[in-house]
Amino acid sequence: MKTPKDLRYTQTHEWVKVEDGHAYIGITDYAQDQLGEIVFIELPEESDDLEKGEEFAAIESVKAASDVMAPVSGVVNAVNEALEDSPELLNEDPYENWIVKVELEDESELEGLMSAEEYENMSKE
Amino acid sequence: MKRTPLYDEHVRLHARMVEYAGYEMPLQYTSIKEEHHAVRNRAGVFDVSHMGEIHIQGSEATDLLDHIFTNRVRAMTAQEIQYGFLTNEKGGVVDDLLVYKVNDEFYLLVVNAANKDKDFAWIKEKNNFDATVIDKTDSYAEIALQGPKAEEILQTYTETDLSAIRFFTFAEFEIADKSFLVSRTGYTGEDGFEIYGENDDVKMLFSRLLAENEKLLPAGLGCRDTLRFEAGLPLYGHEIDADITPLEAGYGFAVDLRKERFLGQDVLIRQKEAGLQRKVVGLELLDKGILREGYDVYHEDERIGRTLSGYLSPTLEKPLATAIVPMKNAKKGTIVTVKVRKRMLQARVRNKMFYRRKKS
Repeated sequence: MKTPKDLRYTQTHEWVKVEDGHAYIGITDYAQDQLGEIVFIELPEESDDLEKGEEFAAIESVKAASDVMAPVSGVVNAVNEALEDSPELLNEDPYENWIVKVELEDESELEGLMSAEEYENMSKE
Repeated sequence: MKRTPLYDEHVRLHARMVEYAGYEMPLQYTSIKEEHHAVRNRAGVFDVSHMGEIHIQGSEATDLLDHIFTNRVRAMTAQEIQYGFLTNEKGGVVDDLLVYKVNDEFYLLVVNAANKDKDFAWIKEKNNFDATVIDKTDSYAEIALQGPKAEEILQTYTETDLSAIRFFTFAEFEIADKSFLVSRTGYTGEDGFEIYGENDDVKMLFSRLLAENEKLLPAGLGCRDTLRFEAGLPLYGHEIDADITPLEAGYGFAVDLRKERFLGQDVLIRQKEAGLQRKVVGLELLDKGILREGYDVYHEDERIGRTLSGYLSPTLEKPLATAIVPMKNAKKGTIVTVKVRKRMLQARVRNKMFYRRKKS
């Protein structure tokens, strides 16, 4: 299971990558593996407000629908539209294929997120 | 949690295990889609040892069964199988099951794993007959070999002519030098067999079938559900339950309203005479998305029903669902709206038997 060192993680298996005040958000390798073949993603729209801890997207695998929770609050700057036609990209490379790019509202929210090491330890349990 | 006799095989095959009805069962070995397509196009083999088996034996075994089961038990001959329901006094479904007739004084019932204890208690409670009801679940292991190549594959292991075993009949014979009970039945919409036997024998057959047949894949509970869903076969707790009658669910063929009497029969007769008020239908989503169970269904802003099962169908490659709706909205082609999380999506009513295999 891959867990890049430069990302921050949530208990609900999302990752965050911060670049120039923006946060890219996606799901982890563990999450995509648990979900199995992803067949559809319900994406938010640009300029939607994300609230930390609230669901902002839904991922449908063959078996079931799962919510994706916002690791941080902020306004959506960009949505990865490639996922609309090719949701399987999340299975193929969950770290390259972010879901949304968000303008961070409060950088201190990042402090509550897990490091790669902490996340790996949690997922092992 | 309980394990079936094939547990070690699942681990060896790297299955993803999940809890189902108190058993640790394989959800998938490689992928639900791949296993689904294998069963539709070639063959797959399932461990279904979790299913419940109940024996009804004795001089009045037929009378007991006739009293609790909706189908025409008295018309059965030995080696025949019937599908039908245990119904409650309100006509709702206690369980759906297969009844295997061994002889006039011996029947084998194969019931849902999740309902087995309830069914056993129910049948015992209704047993005012000279009959014995025995829970034999732990004495049977069972695999289902399903798909267009099922007969060809199994035939290489037995002298018995499998083409002589017609749909919904069974026979007892040797496969790979061991004794099995084999029925031409299944839960996938494909041709195939359900094979019952001793734990070690079933385990041997399962591993030999997989080792010696390239065309055959092990298939998990994940595709078992997508396959039965496409074929319009009900799953207890979804298309049928204590509140949905077999008539509303569209399985009247397995309910004999003219026979002498069974539990709930009077309610079902009245329901039929008065005309059904609601019905289980198929839905095809017209907007982008996927339907799942438990979503509210609307017609012109009025909530009219709910979805019961839903998938992006692997065979049809369309988002499909079953739903229960009022009769007046059940006509094919009716446009309804389904609430998917926060979105209202359009769907069209269609026959819930989404997939029918081509007769060879």
